[in-house]
Amino acid sequence: MRKIECDVAVVGGGPAGLAAAERAKDAGAARVFVIDRDRELGGILQQCIHNGFGLQLFKEDLTGPEYAHRFIDSACLKGVEVLLNSMVLEVTPSRTLYVISRDQGMLEITAKAVVLAMGCRERNRGAVTIPGTRPAGIFTAGTAQRFVNMEGFIPGKRIVVLGSGDVGLIMERRLTWEGAKIEAILEIMPYPSGLIRNVAQCAKDNGIPLYLCHTVSRIYGAKRLEGVQAVKVDEKGMRLPGTEWDIPCDTLLLSVGLIPENELTRVSGAKLDPVTGGPIVSDDMQTSLSGVFSCGNVVHVHDLVDNVTQESWKAGECAARFAATGQRDGPVLRIRAGDGVRYVVPQMVRASSLRTQETTLYFRVTDTRRDTLIEVLLDDKVIWQAKKQIVRPQEMVSLTLEPRPHLQPMTGDKVCVRLSHRKGDEDI
Amino acid sequence: MSEVLEVTCIVCPVGCPIEVELRQGVVFDVRGHECKRGKEYALDEVFSPVRTLTTTVRVQGGILPLVPVRTERPIPKGSIHKVLEELAKLRIDAPVEYHQVILDNLDICGVRVIAGRTLPAGVPPERARDKSV
Repeated sequence: MRKIECDVAVVGGGPAGLAAAERAKDAGAARVFVIDRDRELGGILQQCIHNGFGLQLFKEDLTGPEYAHRFIDSACLKGVEVLLNSMVLEVTPSRTLYVISRDQGMLEITAKAVVLAMGCRERNRGAVTIPGTRPAGIFTAGTAQRFVNMEGFIPGKRIVVLGSGDVGLIMERRLTWEGAKIEAILEIMPYPSGLIRNVAQCAKDNGIPLYLCHTVSRIYGAKRLEGVQAVKVDEKGMRLPGTEWDIPCDTLLLSVGLIPENELTRVSGAKLDPVTGGPIVSDDMQTSLSGVFSCGNVVHVHDLVDNVTQESWKAGECAARFAATGQRDGPVLRIRAGDGVRYVVPQMVRASSLRTQETTLYFRVTDTRRDTLIEVLLDDKVIWQAKKQIVRPQEMVSLTLEPRPHLQPMTGDKVCVRLSHRKGDEDI
Repeated sequence: MSEVLEVTCIVCPVGCPIEVELRQGVVFDVRGHECKRGKEYALDEVFSPVRTLTTTVRVQGGILPLVPVRTERPIPKGSIHKVLEELAKLRIDAPVEYHQVILDNLDICGVRVIAGRTLPAGVPPERARDKSV
């Protein structure tokens, strides 16, 4: 078995891994490896041929492959070493990686710091349990995206889409342009789960009917899908008997959510957050294991690659610093999700960070609220607040805390992010 | 006579709900946008809607059978299908360079179509595997 030693080993060559690797190099790490199981770098961006990437970070409207190109070029220029067609089988707490590579067989990579950037995968039929037969013609939206945009196949001609996630919405436009007919989008929630802009430019632009509070209750067909039964649901998601109707179709696409891909994280022993499905990280993107960092969709599912990049730059920089010093900063404070907040990432923040540097927190809300006030509390005292016109559960909110040099040293469970009413709104 | 048109902004992921109020066909008010670009978008959307077109073009002799392409600038919404038809006829040879011009001087809208990635010459991996069997 070939043995390699390096400063930073990055698992995954998608947008998160590439940004972490490039920034680790910038921060002085001498040997940085990116390991990816695919035959090329770029991850899922390579199949996301639509535009809208990079608007926030670069003020440019890039397609997925263009965004990937930028980072692949930069990582290669900076001397990041790449192992393709290589699958990481195990990450140990002492930062040794066991890798199986198509070209080089078994490898043992020992790294001073590790960055976990494996991304996420789609929920499938098994995850949403639809009764009926098991014919061909049922795909996740992302699989269909790869077929249509990279492999050159159309999955079907008459298509029903279950769920209104972004990938599903984007595929509806794409398949319509390629000559397929989208019969309906069925969304179980009372609001679309994708970004508002994708509902506008994908579904509305192409006249595709979007049924909110609806789901698929039956699958028809022996060899190939012949149709689905749609049904209305109540506010709790329970099917309403008597509201069923059949939609003939040859293809069902599932756009029903993404799950962080954390098999390696679990085996490594890093602690996971049951709400996000990803590792618990501190504001330096370090997991509960010293020297093991994590970033991107493996930590929590993002809406925008721009946010993934920023988070991953941070992870790369901090991984390089750990590789150089072997030191972990402390103490850390737990950040709690208060009223109206589903989760906050990072889940921990170093007290020293709050005092000396800008700290960005990402969170998702539990329900749609208008004219709300976001508050960050320390020891039950509001230390930061911002007004927000509207927050929606499907859209991640970020907030950046400016450094507070005079905060007293503190420990324990004392930071909280919550939503509150704007002053003067209480009595309406 | 007053008329209010509702536009969902697609410039960025915030997705502002913008209202454009017309009186006698003239813009009286634009509201709901959080930035300047939202206002521009809403006015364009009412009077001459445009979209950046992204699709794929067939490639011969490449590691993949398709290359992603885009219009360099947004094009009128009404011309999207015409451009898609033009692109569907094309067969280009690998290798393809990053931002290589795929279609020059679209007579419909005067915009170029460019490649979104590099695509080396080679054999698609599925076929490479078939051969080795």
